[in-house]
Amino acid sequence: MLALQRVSKSFGAVAALRDVDLELVAGEAHALVGENGAGKSTLVRILAGVHPPDTGTVLLDGAPVTFGGPADARAAGIAVIYQEPTLFPDLSVAENIFMGRQPRRSLRRIDTAAMRARSRELFDRLGVRLDPDRPARGLSIADQQLVEIAKALSTNARVLVMDEPTAALSGVEVERLFAVARSLRDEGAAVLFISHRFDEVFDLCERITVMRDGRRVDTAPASQLTVDALVRKMVGRDVATLFPKVDTTPGDVRLDVRGLTRHGFFSDVSFTVRGGEIVALAGLVGAGRSEVVRAVFGVDKPDAGEVRVDDKPLPAGDTPAAIAAGLALVPEDRRQQGLVMELSVERNATLPRRWALSRAGLLFGGAERRSAATWTQRLQVKAGRPTDPVATLSGGNQQKVVLAKWLSTEPRVLIVDEPTRGIDVGTKAEVHRLLSELAADGVAVLMVSSELPEVLGMADRVLVMREGRLVADIPRAGADEESVMVAATGAQS
Amino acid sequence: MTAPTTAVHRVFVVRELGIALALVLLVGVTFAVNTRFLSAQNVKDLLLGSTILAILAVGQAIVIITRNVDLSVGSILGLAAFATGNLFVSNPGMPIPVALLAGIGLGALCGAVNGGLIAAARVPALVVTLGTLYVFRGVDYTWATGKQINAADMPHNFLALGTRSILGVPVLALFAVVVLIGAGIFLRSYRSGRELYAIGSDPDAARLYGIPVGRRVFWAFVASGALAGLAGVLHAARFGTIDANAGLGSELNVVAAVVVGGVAIFGGSGSVYGAALGAVLLTTIGSALPVLGINPFWQRAAVGVLILAAIGLDRSLAVRLARRLRGGSDRGR
Repeated sequence: MLALQRVSKSFGAVAALRDVDLELVAGEAHALVGENGAGKSTLVRILAGVHPPDTGTVLLDGAPVTFGGPADARAAGIAVIYQEPTLFPDLSVAENIFMGRQPRRSLRRIDTAAMRARSRELFDRLGVRLDPDRPARGLSIADQQLVEIAKALSTNARVLVMDEPTAALSGVEVERLFAVARSLRDEGAAVLFISHRFDEVFDLCERITVMRDGRRVDTAPASQLTVDALVRKMVGRDVATLFPKVDTTPGDVRLDVRGLTRHGFFSDVSFTVRGGEIVALAGLVGAGRSEVVRAVFGVDKPDAGEVRVDDKPLPAGDTPAAIAAGLALVPEDRRQQGLVMELSVERNATLPRRWALSRAGLLFGGAERRSAATWTQRLQVKAGRPTDPVATLSGGNQQKVVLAKWLSTEPRVLIVDEPTRGIDVGTKAEVHRLLSELAADGVAVLMVSSELPEVLGMADRVLVMREGRLVADIPRAGADEESVMVAATGAQS
Repeated sequence: MTAPTTAVHRVFVVRELGIALALVLLVGVTFAVNTRFLSAQNVKDLLLGSTILAILAVGQAIVIITRNVDLSVGSILGLAAFATGNLFVSNPGMPIPVALLAGIGLGALCGAVNGGLIAAARVPALVVTLGTLYVFRGVDYTWATGKQINAADMPHNFLALGTRSILGVPVLALFAVVVLIGAGIFLRSYRSGRELYAIGSDPDAARLYGIPVGRRVFWAFVASGALAGLAGVLHAARFGTIDANAGLGSELNVVAAVVVGGVAIFGGSGSVYGAALGAVLLTTIGSALPVLGINPFWQRAAVGVLILAAIGLDRSLAVRLARRLRGGSDRGR
């Protein structure tokens, strides 16, 4: 029904998809699996008409089609549930479902009553109780996801694409979603299902496509595959070299967080990180992990609780004091929070140390250059010249500059938020090696990561957050995909 | 689920209600000090005085709802007012509807320039309309070259538009009411109207959703320009004398009225009714302060305090709403 033929897509220098084929058949559920960064979400966005493919064709009912935008794809009967819900917070739930397709009465006016009634029907079908009139603002991630599902259902789609829809759902909700997906499939729709949970994949889907590093590795009937075979195909490389974890003996408690609360974001979060220890903070998107590390670093002021570094309390909401106490934060979004894109590599690398490097309040180029050179060399940053703007570097090298910037302050507590998002495998391994070395030198490392292999491969302990609360503290020996996911979703799988 | 729902509705209503209450309070206090404040003539003057600001505020609200801003409305008003006067000078017998259409058309054209630049160049509206504020005013100055158009140059029945009343309601105010209701219905009951809210609420999600963001924003600016053009024609009818300074500096008054009226400056929420109420409130303050014996120089400070109060109220409402909604979102798993 819907097919991709030899589709490639690049963003700048990064090839997200390379010669990918995919065929969705009417009345069949098809699973797409692969590690984060394998190109699944890019593929979804091509099917949804968000990105046009660079090369290759999209075939609908055997005929090549070009989607000018998401509206074209939707008109062709393709409904997409994105990984991260995209709702309009100010509008009502019903309007979010029917935006652009609201039922109309005389004079083409919107029929609010019909819209409300049809929203109720959809929620009944999904078996959830949600008020169609409330604004979308403040819905939990799971509820937002349910609204997205209702939205997709309301279009009577011929092709239903679900990009990790179950990540935030509880067991009962997942079953209801699957019942709906099955009934759509039995009515002749094609379903594409993306998930990290293998039991769900085998439960729902007849065929499975495995992707790795932007390529399609294999497509096979689900009955011919086992979980072990899938994992081997997904990873396809030696996990040990990707996660060069050095075993260290943890020292004294470096970072001590007690009862940290910020209303509406997280509450009563307490944990410690010892010197030499790598502690991962895992959880679903929106669980409040980034908000916690921002509060620890003093970017946001918490409403309650205390942060202690080497047993000395930090003043709340005071970033300079946090830096002075030896904290460093490598933020999640390097473009917006980590780098000044227009400034040169060396300027960026020395930003947090500009006072230490200045003499009589003036910064001299020489000191800046020397300091920058030391760290960019140690991290093997590949840049044309140290004076080039950071914007010209690749994602992986930008991330190294952010690391260089904070490592030059010689931190005793390093907080990294999604340190390897959107960078290639080689650089990932280098970043991991670096974190490992730092821990071996006695630095306390707190790592926020959504990539389970990274969490499991690197961390001495895994802290798991769910909906603003710290729900689990799992030592390395007891941490596996299942225990972390169960804690993160609250599911009884 | 019932309790939070009613709370939500109450909070939605409260935004316009709060301004209406402030207006009633102000009028009540002023009336108590001087009963002539509510004489038929004074009420009529108040309505007349609010009309032009209210029409501009409706257009501005449409733009602000999409998370943009139109700073060029004062200049468009000036240009349209002068163009209207000039048309009457060259064609004395011109029918009034033609004058109205000409003004609205010129305004729409200016709005299209704004919208086109914003959509094509992907430059923030603040910068683009700050530029066209000066450009349009500059065109106005060049065209007028110090000339002034007087009441004598314009036909009697056109000027009567600014003074006549139907059943005690000034004709000008009726224009504002028609514009207000039209825009209100469009924004509430039409798909493209709702899409303007969606764009202001989350532009990226709107794009992902396939809403033609550029086209909708373009037409929002055309609407704002057209209404500024209409306001220009009405300005000419009301004041009779027009020079190149008509509407100078009114853009910030307009934005103030819209914000006081409860339209969120970051888009996505608020209504044109609130914006119009904001315009009436600001005008009423202007005429109430002298009656209350307060130095009119305080008027600007009062407007400023109102803006800060409106924003403060907005924030506290948002926080309270968020807390209630969060509490209400547990579905008893």
